[in-house]
This record gives sequence, structure tokens and C-alpha cells, in this order.
Amino acid sequence: MKIDHSLPLEYSTDQNKLNILGFWIFLGAEIMLFATLFATYFTLVDRMGSGPAGADIFEITPVLIETLVLLTSSFTIGLGVHAMRLGRKNAMLTFFAITLLLGLTFLGVEIYEFTHYVHIGAGLQTSAFTAILLTTLGTHGAHVTLGLFWGLFIILQVKKRGLTPENANKSFIFSLYWHFLDVVWIFIFSFVYLKGMM
Amino acid sequence: MNFFDRFAIPHPSPAIYASMVAIGLTVIAIIVGLTYFKKWGYLWREWLTTVDHKRIGIMYLISALLMLFRGGVDALMMRAQTAVPENALLDAQHYNEVFTTHGVVMIIFMAMPFIYALMNFVVPLQIGARDVAFPRLNALSFWLFFMGAMLFNISFVIGGSPDAGWTSYFPLAGNDFSQSVGTNYYMLSIQIAGIGTLISGINFITTILKMRAPGMTLMKMPMFTWTAFITNAIVVFAFPVLTIALLLGTMDRLFGTNFFTTTNGGMDMLWANLFWVWGHPEVYILILPAFGIYSEVISTFSRRNLYGYKSMVASIVIISFFSFLVWTHHFFTMGQGPLTNSIFSITTMAIAIPTGIKIFNWLLTMWKGKIKFTVPMLYAVGFIPIFTIGGVTGVMLGMASADYQYHNTMFLVAHFHYTIIPGVVFAMLAGLTYWWPKMFGFMLNERIGKWAFWFIAISFNVTFFPMFFTGLDGQARRMYTYSEATGFGPLNLISFVGAVGLAIGFALIVYNVYYSTRYASRNISSDPWDARSLEWATHSPVPSYNFAVTPKVNSIEAFWDAKKKNIPLFQGKIDKIHMPNNTGVPFIMSCIFFVWGFSFVFSLWIPAIITTIGIFVCMAHRSFEKDDGYYISVKDVEDTEKKLRGVS
Repeated sequence: MKIDHSLPLEYSTDQNKLNILGFWIFLGAEIMLFATLFATYFTLVDRMGSGPAGADIFEITPVLIETLVLLTSSFTIGLGVHAMRLGRKNAMLTFFAITLLLGLTFLGVEIYEFTHYVHIGAGLQTSAFTAILLTTLGTHGAHVTLGLFWGLFIILQVKKRGLTPENANKSFIFSLYWHFLDVVWIFIFSFVYLKGMM
Repeated sequence: MNFFDRFAIPHPSPAIYASMVAIGLTVIAIIVGLTYFKKWGYLWREWLTTVDHKRIGIMYLISALLMLFRGGVDALMMRAQTAVPENALLDAQHYNEVFTTHGVVMIIFMAMPFIYALMNFVVPLQIGARDVAFPRLNALSFWLFFMGAMLFNISFVIGGSPDAGWTSYFPLAGNDFSQSVGTNYYMLSIQIAGIGTLISGINFITTILKMRAPGMTLMKMPMFTWTAFITNAIVVFAFPVLTIALLLGTMDRLFGTNFFTTTNGGMDMLWANLFWVWGHPEVYILILPAFGIYSEVISTFSRRNLYGYKSMVASIVIISFFSFLVWTHHFFTMGQGPLTNSIFSITTMAIAIPTGIKIFNWLLTMWKGKIKFTVPMLYAVGFIPIFTIGGVTGVMLGMASADYQYHNTMFLVAHFHYTIIPGVVFAMLAGLTYWWPKMFGFMLNERIGKWAFWFIAISFNVTFFPMFFTGLDGQARRMYTYSEATGFGPLNLISFVGAVGLAIGFALIVYNVYYSTRYASRNISSDPWDARSLEWATHSPVPSYNFAVTPKVNSIEAFWDAKKKNIPLFQGKIDKIHMPNNTGVPFIMSCIFFVWGFSFVFSLWIPAIITTIGIFVCMAHRSFEKDDGYYISVKDVEDTEKKLRGVS
């Protein structure tokens, strides 16, 4: 394996470059996936049947907590990748751990939010609107859940095997994924919650 | 309900019991055969765990051919049922199941693996690469597709086949009107295969963008590679839409949501829109690689370089763009209003322009060329007039106001078979014959191949041309029978005769494979067609590392220039070659996916949870695994090269 030292560690081998480009293309597919969900959401948002509308069920407090926590986690993983480029393994691991903790908090609040919706009669089967609301949020939440496990595995690997080109590559790609989830959340926050509450 | 009742066939017939016995006997025969000839180890080491793009291509090919015959039997059953008025061979329910599985099998499980078979085998060779960018994901793609296909194919012996058409429109496909588990099979098997296809899309885009031989700029790529590139770009943008559509459909059927129902705000037209936002680009996913194959074949056998290379590239890019802007033309009659219909009418007709450019480019490539009518060339030349009929009737269907007359009639069925069969099936047969010597080291018999071509080309027209007339006379598609008074009888009988002719044509192809395997000469050169692109620059069959030395490219037809103008292609000396390790995980993970899909089809929640965990365990295993591949030493490469050169 040829290592090019003039480039950052995560780009230093041919396979690493391929992995990063491949992951960007995967994110393109993910954009289509969420775009389809959003298009479906906008189609069904006013079709409440006998169920509640968004304005009836959305609460600002949990949504603000989720937003704040997730946006911060995007910042901390950025710091983690920065630390990785400086070769500071412990700082990087700390920032990654903080990121995952923030992600876990997000997930906890989201689970609370979901049980709340079901409790007040806005379940999956209530109407087309509630179904697409919970599916869109749920798809994002499932991505975060997967990310938590993935991030944990990467922390364990960096801890055990150090900052190799391979691990740096994995960490960088994971950070792309995490930023992407944040971007999706910004759209959810703006076009699902804010628009729904107005 | 008794637990085992759910697995029963809701609508059994002697034919289904006979197929159950046949499937059982085949499985036993395969197991006994493998054990008797002690081939289990060989199968596992050389095929089930392989990550070599060439072997994966061959496995795609075998699966596609198997599915071609499964879908073909469906087609024969339909033609036999409608051959005479008021026939009682199949009843309405069976007919529904047969046309549904025919459509799904032919598009998703025959045409798709066929194009991926050829892409897998050819693209890395055409760009002078050692493999695809992610060999292991490539194996996963194949096995996910394969398990999706198997899941779909067990539906008719366990629980019942889908019966709502390959488009599976809601509310017909909802629980109220499709009560058997058939549509669950549809949703889950296509989902599994679709994930595989999406992974392939990412893999091939990365491969083509990053792994081209030095000197091969984008505008020096062979046309088949260009079409593969654009096709995979469409895959990456279209398949996530299908993923969501299938997810929502599955939730409607299994969890009682109201996405596509007619109550509580559900919207049945949403399914039709989502399905065709994927479905129309899917048509171009199938046709663009076919265009690429024709470009290669026509220029090789006309002894001329491809006419209008740049306009060819431009037209496939424009087609791919327009492919996302025409989906509504599949349901002009379903109430969008005149403005929407007019816009989609215009975008639809606009696609005829870049397609027309391609047709003229092929004609001008042949112009003054020294044409050799080999089997691949026959398919390519046959394609042009037949496909043009399909294209012209497509423009007719694209006119929204006129479409009210044609919609859902046999005219439509004739139209899309006139595009898909010459467009995709002819191209795949041409590509198969063309690249066969590169895959297996011997050529298919030309004489039998020509017989097969003429049987297929003539029978195809006999089968489908009468449908234009019955369609214009008002024969609806998907009707299992009709009365004698309609007068559709004679033309439908002609169609049936044509279908039998097609069956003979495909049987001849099978015979050709058998005959050539036994009798064809193994002593052929690595370039038996005197072709023009890089895949012919290496040995036949291709060694595992593809090229001992990476080629250097200076022109669009570097290999042709190397042959005719003595411009050296392989400079530099042999170095050790890095190769990826084989792995069984993609196969095992896909097996788990199969059980996962099966559990969801029958709402078996405990196995569904266990298999979901199993899938994630496989992914976690991959994350922790250290796999640096291995090196083939210089000496081994030199030995292999010497051996292969001695043969050829």
C-alpha cells in the first residue's frame, strides 16, 4: 500500500480516495431518499383525515433541544476531524465521544417525542399526515441510531489500532455522514416543524 | 388462523403442484450432484466467495438467463391463454399473477442483471482497471440481487404470487383488494434487489471516475463505458425513490398506515407518481447500456470508428436528464388536467430528438463501412428498424389527447415490447455473443446463432405487430379473455404462433451454448473479432489481474491504434499486483436478507427482528475486519502471462 504523505491521512492511499468519493455519491443517493420523503410529506401534509394537524401536536421545547443538540454535535465532530489532522488522538477521541453523547441525547428526546405523539392520538395509523410525519422523522432517527453504533465502532478501532490511514479514512467518512444528518435535520426543523407551527 | 395456513397457496392448480415437485427435485438434484462430484468446496471458494468482477459478471449472466426463461414461460402462458376467445387454460386470478410476475421478472430480475453482467465483465477491462473500486461491495450487490430474485420466485409455491400488475397500483395492491401475501413479496424482493442495484451504481460511478488507465480522459472512454457511467448515475438518483415508494407500500400493507389508501387522507395517485418517477428513468437504465453495446458492435463490424462520438455522449446525457421529466406520461388519463399533460407530452416527445441523433450516428457509422454480418451485427442492424417502430409509436402515445385512445390497450403493450425487445434483449444477445470469447475463451457458433437471430427477429414481429391492431380496435391489456364477437381471435392466434417461434429462437441459443461448449475451438486469439477497445488487449479468458501492465491510452481507440499504427499500449515492466481477498460475508449477509424478507412477507416478527440484528452484525463485522488483500508476485504474473501467450 502506497502512502502519500503530502496529503491528509484520510486521503493518503488510493483506496482511501476511492472510499471518500464513493461515500459522496452515496450521500447523493441519500439526498434523493430524503427528497422523496419531503416531497411525499408536502403532498400529504394537509391530508389529516380525522386526525390532528401539525399545529395541534408540535411542541417547541423538545424540537429546540433536538436542534441545539444535533447542531452542536456537528460542530464537535468537526473539531474531532481537526484534531485527527493534527494527529492528536486523545483530543479526537474525546470530541468523537462528545458527538456521540449529543447524538444519544437527540435520540432520547426524539423517542420521548414519538411516545408523546402516539399518546395524544397521532399514531402511525391515524392519518396520511401522521404516517408520513413519523416516517420522515423515523428515517432520520434510524440514520442517527445507525450512526451511534458506527461512531462507537470507529472510536474503538482508533483506540485499539491508532491513527492509521485506514482509521482516519473511516473517521472522516463518518464525519461526512454525521454532517449530512445535520443538514437533513435543518430541513426537517424548517419545513416540518416551523412551517407546521406557523 | 393456523400458523401454517399462511404458507398455503391461496389459489392452487395442478400446474403449481407440478412446479413444486419440479423445484423440489431440482434442488435435490443440485445438492446430490454437488456432493457426488465433490464440488461444494469449489463452489464456495471459486464462486460464492469471489470478489472478482469477471466472475460476478458471469454469475449475473447465469441468473439473468435463468430469469429470462422463467419470464418467458410466463409470456407463453399468457399468449396461450389469449390465443383463442373464451379460453379456459388459466382463470382470471392466475392470469393476473402471470402477467404481474412476467413484468417484474423481465424488468427487475432479467434485464437489470443482464446489463450488470455485461457492465461488470466489460467496464473494468475497457478502462484498463484491475477491478471495480469496491470489489467486496460488488459481491454484495450481486448476492442481494440474487436473493431478491429467489424471494420473488418462491412466491408462486409459498403463499401466492403478486397479482396487481408489475406497476402494483394502489388501492388495487392494498390489503383490501390483494389479500394474499403476493404483493408483500413484490415489495420486499424488489427492495432487496434494489439495494444491491444502488450499491452497484455507486461502485461503477466511482470506478469509472477514478480508475481509468492513464491517458484515458472522459472523452476518450469507449461508448459502452460512457453509457454505463450515465446509467449508473441514473441508478443513484432513481433507485432511492423506489426505496421510499416500496417502504411506504410495505407499511401500508403490514402496519396499516394510510399512504396509498382511500381513507384517512391516503392518496392512491401518490404511489403511481412515486413508482413512475423511478420507473421511467428505469427504462433508460435499461436502454442506455444497450445503446452502448450497439455502438461497440456497429463500429467493430463496420470497420469504422464511431460516427459522431461527441454527439453520442451529449445525447445520452440529455436522455438521462429528460428521463426524470416525463413520468406523468404513464398515466395521462388519470386526471392531471390539460396543463400538466401538455408539459409532459412535450418533454416526452423531446426525447425522440437525442434518440434520433443516435440512430443516425449508427447509420452513418455503417455508411461506406466494410460491414461484416456476424451474429452481434445482425442483432444491431435488426434493432434499428424495429426499435424505430417502437419509437414512433412512443411519440404517438406521448400525445396526451391521443393517448386516451391507446391507454391500457394492447397498442401500448406492442409499443413497449417494440422498444424493450430490440432495445434491450437484442442488445444483450448481441453483447453476449460479442463478449462471449472474452468471457469463456471460445466463440459461439455463428451458424446456429444466425438461425436463432432470424427466428427471434421474425417471430418477434409476428407476436407483437398484431397487437397494434387489436389495441387500436380496443382490446384492453391484462384481460384474461375476450368474447368471439370482438373479432380479436385471429390476430391473437397469430401472436401465439409468434410466441412459440420466439421460444424456439431462445431454445436455439441454449443449444448454441451447449454445442459451442462441446465443439468450438479453444484455439482462438485474444481478439477474434478484430475489435477496437481495450478489453481485447488482454488474454481470453482474462487472467484474474486483467492486465499484467496497466495500458497507456492516447486516443479514443487506443487498442485499434496499437494494432494498426504500432503505438505501444503496454509500456513499463511487470510489477507485483495488489488483489482483494475473497470473502463469504456478502453471501452470508444476503442469505440473512432473504430470511429477513421472507419474515416480513409473512409478518413473522421474531425471525424478522433476529435477521435485522444479523444484518447489522455482518456490517459491524466488516467495520472491525482488517483486510489488506494480497499481492501476486512478479514471478507468478510472468508465469501466467507465458502460459496464456502459449495458448493464444
